[in-house]
Amino acid sequence: MIIMKKILKLISAAIVVVMMSCNSESSTQNSSTDNVTPKSGQEAVKDDDSQKDVVKVAVGSKDHTTLVAALKQADLITSLSNAGPFTVFAPTNDAFNKLPTGTLDGLMKDDKKTDLQNVLQYHVTLSAMKAESFTDGQILGMVNGDNVTVSVKDGKVTLNGTAHIIASIPASNGMIHVIDAVLLPPAKK
Amino acid sequence: MKKIKISFLGLIAVGLLMSTNSCKPKNAGDTVSSDAAGKVYVAPGHYDEFYNFVSGGFSGQMSVYGLPSGRLLKVVPIFSVNPENGYGYSEETKPMLNTSHGFIPWDDQHHLELSQTNGETDGRWIFANANNTPRVARVNLATFHTDEIIELPNSAGNHSSPFITENTEYVVAGTRFSVPPDDQNGDVPINTYKENFKGTISFISVDKTSGGMDIAFQLQCPAVDFDLSHSGKGPSSGWFFFSCYNTEKANTLLEVNASKRDKDFIMAVNWKKAEEYFKAGKGRKQSVKYAHNVYNEKTQTATSEIKTEVTVLDSKELKDICYFIPCPKSPHGCDVDPTGEYIVGSGKLAALIPVFSFEKIQKAIAAKDYIGDYDGIPVIKYESALYGEVKKPGLGPLHTEFDGRGNAITTMFVSSEVVKWNIKDLTIIDRQPTYYSPGHLCIPGGDTKKPNGKYLIVYNKITKDRYLPTGPELAQAAQLFDISGDKMKLLLDFPTIGEPHYAQAIEASVIKDRSVKFFKIEGNNNPYVSKGEATTKVVREGNKVHVYMTAIRSHLTPDNIEGIKMGDEVYFHITNIEQDWDVPHGFAIKGAGNAELLVMPGETCTLKWMPDRVGIFPFYCTDFCSALHQEMQGYLRVSAASSNVPISFSTGTNIPKSDSTGNK
Repeated sequence: MIIMKKILKLISAAIVVVMMSCNSESSTQNSSTDNVTPKSGQEAVKDDDSQKDVVKVAVGSKDHTTLVAALKQADLITSLSNAGPFTVFAPTNDAFNKLPTGTLDGLMKDDKKTDLQNVLQYHVTLSAMKAESFTDGQILGMVNGDNVTVSVKDGKVTLNGTAHIIASIPASNGMIHVIDAVLLPPAKK
Repeated sequence: MKKIKISFLGLIAVGLLMSTNSCKPKNAGDTVSSDAAGKVYVAPGHYDEFYNFVSGGFSGQMSVYGLPSGRLLKVVPIFSVNPENGYGYSEETKPMLNTSHGFIPWDDQHHLELSQTNGETDGRWIFANANNTPRVARVNLATFHTDEIIELPNSAGNHSSPFITENTEYVVAGTRFSVPPDDQNGDVPINTYKENFKGTISFISVDKTSGGMDIAFQLQCPAVDFDLSHSGKGPSSGWFFFSCYNTEKANTLLEVNASKRDKDFIMAVNWKKAEEYFKAGKGRKQSVKYAHNVYNEKTQTATSEIKTEVTVLDSKELKDICYFIPCPKSPHGCDVDPTGEYIVGSGKLAALIPVFSFEKIQKAIAAKDYIGDYDGIPVIKYESALYGEVKKPGLGPLHTEFDGRGNAITTMFVSSEVVKWNIKDLTIIDRQPTYYSPGHLCIPGGDTKKPNGKYLIVYNKITKDRYLPTGPELAQAAQLFDISGDKMKLLLDFPTIGEPHYAQAIEASVIKDRSVKFFKIEGNNNPYVSKGEATTKVVREGNKVHVYMTAIRSHLTPDNIEGIKMGDEVYFHITNIEQDWDVPHGFAIKGAGNAELLVMPGETCTLKWMPDRVGIFPFYCTDFCSALHQEMQGYLRVSAASSNVPISFSTGTNIPKSDSTGNK
């Protein structure tokens, strides 16, 4: 977890740098000497007025620091800052902690980026679904190409029989459903 | 254009004979410096340094460009309907285009003027004139939305407009066509012009906080054609200057008959004095009819009120308001330098540019140094008002702007060039060809106390070989010059929307940070708003059906509507319930005979629709809002007038029983 915290610090620093760099418009110079091509996407747009998107909601949550770090490592921040509409199942830090020892650290290695992307994209689907719109037995096609099965019992939503929706937060570009377990994609056949 | 050219042919011939510095444009390739590209290049992802607001002429709209790149940022609909976003078609905006003649879908938009504080542009509003059905509009520069339009009685061809006083106390509007006053029988022979026609100048007051406009008073003037105008400033605060042509009072073939006199006039108006007379009740209440249209930001709805009275001051009776200053040959541009001391009149047919001195005008008035009167208005002796003349500036001087370094720059329509001259010694410093036939020109703040003399933009009427040909109708164009040095350097050509006349430019920093990103839904007081999906509904009131619909990524609520019948008038009230920057939703329904809607986040817009046949009518979002934009669609069922299908509406639930578990 110490490693995670270091990574997080780096990420926050990176976000600050990104935020600052987007302030430097060429308002006084004609720009032949300007730096070109910012290295970030829509997440760097300076906008303190709009409703927060799914990334900004996650960044603002102290329970989702691991998820945010993982999204960053998987290069998914830009995509999830897009127009959406997304439904994001967002495992808490505790949920990540429940994974077998070493799993997450393994996925966070640069040479495992594809695997990490596969896991995280298994937590995202297109269309903004409210908690009450889930139905028992519903099959959700996730961004990574695999399916998640929904069960609804007494109004409580469970995914793949293991992860429970414990909170739902609307964001500008979709819905975040906080879950208490990490969803693991089915093993490749 | 052809007519003007023919009328100038003789003059050109004379000019060529008389003038040794005749000014034929040289080859374009010679005139662009090698570093031009670097000077106009704004790298991807970077902002331009200036906003350039450009009148649309016969498009009726205003376009907004970034400078120095020349990138088109937006077209703001003002006087013409705009099916692209529903302006003039939505129930909320239809009243903006109401007039005493009824709904007018088009106008000819010539001049723009940014609001000013202490003689400097403040970036709050920009005013626009309608030339054909005389009106003045105010555009809000936080939203880039037309917020107000006021019609002008006793006027026709509102050309000398919408120029403003130093603190935006008044917007003026001088009529180009003199006409019989509105409260008199206008059914008179046209050739009784001299007896029955009058020229009118309107003073429109502007509320300091809201920008709200009101016709404070009008000045009834002799029946000349008012062309252009500018406010005094500094020492000439409290005065306004108008160029006048057709002092011959011709009512036919003006091309010849209004070009007879050696001199027409600049009319100097002491508006502080006029205001004083107005407040003292010296005006006559006149019965008129004009529309005043206001867009209310809270209800997001425009209302149109027909007003019926205006106060008119008689410039002949109230002796010390108006003075005529002779000005050679049909003056067009009437421009006041940043110090407020010098007034430049540009006679389109003149071989020189006269520069008048405000101080000398005041002395001449005090000494009654008049050569007589014109319709009861004193005419100041030319030499007594004149500071000096710019000799042989070029052919066909039209408009002048100032660089803030003591220089003036004037467009020459006939000789297709811009000419820079020093105001103090009246010598010519530089001349550069333009491509071709320039009309107006613009320097950021170039008609204010504080010009930013970095760039000059010239608006050309003719482009012929400048761009790839597009059939007989070619784009008009702007040309950007670097004027920071002694020599003006051509940097860039860019084509424009409609026909550009006057334009304004302002440092981007004054405007950009106040730009509104979206409308707060809690502040939306449109009577037909749906603040959430839970409050959407379909309500029948006789044959009117109101559909309260929301749009959010990526669905419309409701998206299944039944129970509409032939003969119904359906009003779709679409609320975009997003609260996010740059996420408009559109709305269109098959067979709509009007337009689509583009609804900004937090806004409610209404489209009226009348079914023409029984059947199923799809509707959808027209603005690619999200990855599931193409899924953002729905159906409306129209039944026969006699049908008893009840009103019903839903989203996501109107599914056959066999399929009720729902699968994704």
